[in-house]
Amino acid sequence: MAEATSKGKGGGARPVAPHMQVWRWHVTMAASILTRATGIALYGGAIIAATWFTALMVGPEAFGLIMALLGTWGGKTVLFGLTVSVFYHLAAGLRHLVWDAGAGFQPRTANMTAVAAMAFALVASVVVWALAMQTGAVR
Amino acid sequence: MVQFTLPKNSKITKGKHHPAPAGAKTVKAFKIYRFDPETGANPRWDTYDVAVDQCGPMVLDAIFHIKNTMDPTLSFRRSCREGVCGSCAMNIGGRNTLACTHAWADVPGEAVQISPLPNMPVLKDLVPDLTLFFAQYASIEPWLQADTPMPQKEWTQSPKDRAKLDGLYECILCACCSTSCPSYWWNGDKYLGPAALLQAYRWLVDSRDEAVGDRLDGLEDPFKLYRCHTIMNCAQVCPKGLNPAKAIAGIKRMLVERVV
Repeated sequence: MAEATSKGKGGGARPVAPHMQVWRWHVTMAASILTRATGIALYGGAIIAATWFTALMVGPEAFGLIMALLGTWGGKTVLFGLTVSVFYHLAAGLRHLVWDAGAGFQPRTANMTAVAAMAFALVASVVVWALAMQTGAVR
Repeated sequence: MVQFTLPKNSKITKGKHHPAPAGAKTVKAFKIYRFDPETGANPRWDTYDVAVDQCGPMVLDAIFHIKNTMDPTLSFRRSCREGVCGSCAMNIGGRNTLACTHAWADVPGEAVQISPLPNMPVLKDLVPDLTLFFAQYASIEPWLQADTPMPQKEWTQSPKDRAKLDGLYECILCACCSTSCPSYWWNGDKYLGPAALLQAYRWLVDSRDEAVGDRLDGLEDPFKLYRCHTIMNCAQVCPKGLNPAKAIAGIKRMLVERVV
């Protein structure tokens, strides 16, 4: 449907009515696309984790390099983003589990669980990072 | 395919401004999508300053007021004006709903923005081409199918079984749900969409229907059914308060249950 194939009277292709351009977002819609976005981010995270393990295996020099990279502000930002992604994707997975069991479909409930998943991801990430900084794991 | 932007011929240009008649007391702006297939020009946003003290409370009242007193060229579908026919489904203030049951005072924003059902081919102004939508409805074979010989009087059903159809049979096929769904926007040619799937479920749970197996076979497809990612736009906008997302989950559950 994305391409307007049907022809108008004048022979020109019919226009497509605006969609993303006019839609007023629902929190559930944002929750859905965040699930996909964090899922993609976690693919990147898996590559970073694999690189980290590989460096650990290769030797102290390689390991030192990746630890230094991850220790920069940029590295920490990426790692914090991945922490948020893990927690959000986890919460989103739980929402889907409940849905698959046949519950939680009322728009009011779905709105609440969407907000809860987002809040949980942020709070849990902040808590994990605060603990990591307190114990000296992250400096 | 996912296409976030509009194709070249669908980009909306700035249109005409129709001022309110002199002496109008309470004026509200209505920003309305216009497309004229005769000219071949791109669609445009026309703005009408409506003297809302002279028209009824619903968006449809305002659209009628515009057509009758300001611009007779405006095209739109309507019939029952009381939310049972589904003809006047359109995007109002960024959400799909029925113009006849939605008050213009409840639309957020400075102007009441009205466009045709999202991502549908536009025939003229607010009139979308719903050929595919109804073909998809026909494809789920929305009628009672049974091998048992026709009973002498009628097919009977217990009150408990009849109650299973509540929240399903009330659908008026206005297409608000299907055209609200991003999955349907991107894969509308392969994904059946919330409305057709809600109706598919309506027949699947009907105790009198004996074609459950065939119906499920027809739906077991990566696109027809499983493009639903529970985005929930369908249930958020249904003007009848129905829940296609829940019905679709019901179909998915039936498909699992028959193999475990």
